Amino acid sequence: MRSAIHFASAALALAALSFGAMPFAVAADTPDPAADAKAFQKFFTEKFPKVKLDDFVNGPYSMNEDMHRQWEEKEQFPPYDFSLDLGKEMFAKPFKNGKSYADCFPNQGIGIRQNYPTFDEKEGKVVTLELALNRCREANGEAPFSYVKDEMAALTAYMAFTSRGKPFDIKIPNDPRALEAYENGKRYFYTRRGQLNFSCASCHVQNPGERIRAEVLAPALGILNAMPIYRSEWGGMGTISRRFTTCNSQIRGVPLEPQSDEYRDLEYYLSYVSNGLPVSGPGARP
Amino acid sequence: MSGTGRANVLKSLALATTMLIAGAASALAGASEADFKAAYAAAEAANKQAASLRNQWTPTAAALAAAKKAAEAGDFDTAVASSQEAEALAKASIYQARSEKDAWKALEIH
Ligand code: HEC
Repeated sequence: MRSAIHFASAALALAALSFGAMPFAVAADTPDPAADAKAFQKFFTEKFPKVKLDDFVNGPYSMNEDMHRQWEEKEQFPPYDFSLDLGKEMFAKPFKNGKSYADCFPNQGIGIRQNYPTFDEKEGKVVTLELALNRCREANGEAPFSYVKDEMAALTAYMAFTSRGKPFDIKIPNDPRALEAYENGKRYFYTRRGQLNFSCASCHVQNPGERIRAEVLAPALGILNAMPIYRSEWGGMGTISRRFTTCNSQIRGVPLEPQSDEYRDLEYYLSYVSNGLPVSGPGARP
Repeated sequence: MSGTGRANVLKSLALATTMLIAGAASALAGASEADFKAAYAAAEAANKQAASLRNQWTPTAAALAAAKKAAEAGDFDTAVASSQEAEALAKASIYQARSEKDAWKALEIH
């Protein structure tokens, strides 16, 4: 009987001990986006001490001096100019009902790229710029554009251009759903998928600067700041949606639908951890 | 039951036995359309499960397409083999999605 009591109290003491340790365990697991972003930026600036923080937005071109020279040459005759012109024209042209894109956005849609994605507390979900543009069209009786084609690229190119140099300023409101969306995006980013068993991080965290076939891998820090991009390989422009789906198929994974919850959350996460880095879109790539 | 009815039952029993044997011998040789259908359905079911985990692989879809094409050409041996390949790929993608449920954390930057 006595030993049984001893045993019980020992068990209790153990339980108390592990309870005492709990707050730390919880702390380590509690989402802390600000700490994530700090660690993320530290990882890349330490890995590439010669690259200035703001230069990470130039993707593969930030990775070495030769590439940087190529980029400077390219920027003299930017191959995305045609898209920018088209986007500007489209943006200004009223819908059939007389309204226009400007009516759907804060500050008439000018200089606001750095705030996207936003978290819509009414819907309880992440809203990307591409999604907001199509919602604007639909609210005004226009058919939505394909997320992976030229029209969407042109519109986002123009909106990025009017925001060039503004630091990314993604907000996570005090709403558990926003934190959950952020966490889901993070999980998506680090999760291995496809027959090749790669995560986004396998390429863009573990191997930036390395070559894969003919391409130099962009670092994950600032990876969305230059979107949309002109790519010689595509012979045209690509949106964020196009880039996400392409990166999924090249590891032999079936891409999700553009603007699925997963991709929206992924964009939220990747944009948040690049807070402070400037908008540089539209971009040009090899 | 009429005489022809009984004959039919016997016939289908014989067919079922042949099918069982063929099923066991699997992709070796002499697969029937029914073998293909069963193998294809199993592969599709696994791939559907992968879809619900949001983790389908493109080679699974390619193997399913190859299976269908072979079946249309009457080549049921190939059709069954490709279906089985598709099922194995789909199962691997399911396994991957499940093991990544926690494993992803190992890659995270802290
Ligand atoms: C097999 C390696 C690989 C994986 C895995 C991968 N990508 Fe990529 N990604 C590339 C390559 C190659 C390019 C083109 C070269 C470059 O810009 O990095 C690229 C480009 C990009 C770009 C454009 C960067 C720029 O500045 O031009 C973005 C954004 C991107 N990837 C996001 C992702 C996301 C998100 C994931 C996970 C869903 C992912 N990638 C997974 C290889 C990969």
